[in-house]
Amino acid sequence: MTVSLTLQNVSAHYGPTRVLDDLSLHVGEGELVSLLGASGCGKTTTLRLVAGFLQPSSGTIRLGDRDLTRLPAHARNIGLVFQTYALFPHLTVLDNVAFGLKQRGVATAKRRAQALEMLERVGLAQFAERYPANLSGGQRQRVALARALVIEPPLLMFDEPLSNLDAKLRVDMRVEIRRLQRANGTTALYVTHDQEEAFSISDRVAIMNAGRIEQLDSPEVLYSRPANAFVADFVGFENMIPMRAIAEAGDGVRAEMAGGATLDLYRSDFTVPARDFIFAARPEGLTVAREGKGIPARISLRTYLGRAYQYRCHTPAGEIVANGPLVDPMEPGTDVVLIPNPAQCCLLKAESA
Amino acid sequence: MMSRTHPLLVAFAGLTFIFLIGPLIIIIGTALSDTTFLTFPPQGLSLRWFENIFDIAAFRSTMVTSFLLAVGGTALSLLIGVPAAYAMARYRVELPKFLPNVFVLPILVPEIVLGFSLMKSVATGLGFPIFTSLLIGHALLVLPYCVRVVGASLNSFDFSIEEAAVSLGCPRWKSFFTVVLPNVRAGVIAAFILAFITSINDVSISIFLTGPGISTLPIQLLAHMEQFFDPTIAAVSVLLMGVTVAVMAVVEWTLGLTFLTK
Repeated sequence: MTVSLTLQNVSAHYGPTRVLDDLSLHVGEGELVSLLGASGCGKTTTLRLVAGFLQPSSGTIRLGDRDLTRLPAHARNIGLVFQTYALFPHLTVLDNVAFGLKQRGVATAKRRAQALEMLERVGLAQFAERYPANLSGGQRQRVALARALVIEPPLLMFDEPLSNLDAKLRVDMRVEIRRLQRANGTTALYVTHDQEEAFSISDRVAIMNAGRIEQLDSPEVLYSRPANAFVADFVGFENMIPMRAIAEAGDGVRAEMAGGATLDLYRSDFTVPARDFIFAARPEGLTVAREGKGIPARISLRTYLGRAYQYRCHTPAGEIVANGPLVDPMEPGTDVVLIPNPAQCCLLKAESA
Repeated sequence: MMSRTHPLLVAFAGLTFIFLIGPLIIIIGTALSDTTFLTFPPQGLSLRWFENIFDIAAFRSTMVTSFLLAVGGTALSLLIGVPAAYAMARYRVELPKFLPNVFVLPILVPEIVLGFSLMKSVATGLGFPIFTSLLIGHALLVLPYCVRVVGASLNSFDFSIEEAAVSLGCPRWKSFFTVVLPNVRAGVIAAFILAFITSINDVSISIFLTGPGISTLPIQLLAHMEQFFDPTIAAVSVLLMGVTVAVMAVVEWTLGLTFLTK
């Protein structure tokens, strides 16, 4: 049973504070969409609205052809996995997994068999009679996953499920979550503040800020073509340089930045969105060189990253962070040029303040 | 050896111990005395004063009243206190900050004031029967223990667990009984015991609310003392001590005393 999840113009208030602002979101059948953002951006609120723990002040939430908006939480049939695992401490692992089936009136023998089968799928059948307190964090989260999956929900939701695990386990678990979600073809909504986690696990990612979705796209598009300065900053475009197109220059555009320096941008690399725009670059999108065509700068600080040197540079347009090759370390005080590497740069519309 | 305890510290600890235990030893000794007056050390050993308690009808009936009050008052208090503690833990952010303190007021207000005001309001004001007034008084007296102790358990309870139950199809009210309550069981038991002991030993509230025909054991003890100054008083005291110790012992065996203090 695969269905899609649709939020339409959903707003939510916490007292007088608006935490979700007219949010619309569609998660396709069998798709995994992540809500990514810093704490307070509204991602957890969105999940709790869908779960039924909060009520929207306006808008509708639909799962397939069911309208969930006014349905009580226990009747929504959604599998939930929590950051704190939220296993029932007074029940054995098996009874934890069987809990949802018990609520659905499945006979004892049958629900034990089904729960055990699900525990086998997550590799924990041998721990069926243990209590959650006697399991490791990773095992607990697998039990929580089994507990959510065994009711065969049309929608799975994850609320920062890996935040309490150590780094190595996080990677293993997210692979496992993705594998099980794919195998069941279950539609899923995944909340996280970890960009790598969101990008690696999701079909699409919604980057959220101040109760709104800034951009909803595949990880590839988000990474290379952010829609605005917020998303660009979020995905690692550390340098944002305001520029103005001043002239045609061969097969490109000549742009001027504060302080009067110019940069030629080729049409094959960049599409200039407007006369005033922002040139966004990751540190690896600007190569520090002793000479060439680029932004003139003076090195103020050098740090060693292992794979490269990183330089903080003074330019007339402000401070810029750029990388330089390991073979030719340069000292602070050196005059250099910063040469753009188009694959790691993008142009954004200047936002009217 | 660096870890040797200083002799002065040992002496001080010993004195403190004697200070705490001494009066109790004296009462036990007095209760066992064969004399008709209170004396220590006991002259001759006898259990006649313990028998005497049960020979006096007033002691027998007040014992029953005290027990019923302790059980009934505590039960009533839990009935109010557990939902209150739940609400205050669950909606900590939404509810006003001062609310938990309101439930501690019965401890902060001098008990004698509480007793007097209950007499004026519940007993004479509303004209409630004596036992009902006592029940209300005791429930109020032990309410702070119920709210605080159960509240402490609930504050360390992860309410995601309750939400997990709801998401799995268990309605809210049912989740409270199937998931929340079993996990704060220890707190509820601890609250019951503390409340029971507080209630059974109470004087200052009961003294205002007892009336013709109905009294509690500690009040009967005071009444008896006014007429007879014999070791029965000591025997009753030992009995009350015994009940307290017995309850604590049961807790210690079943759950460990530390959970009363945590």
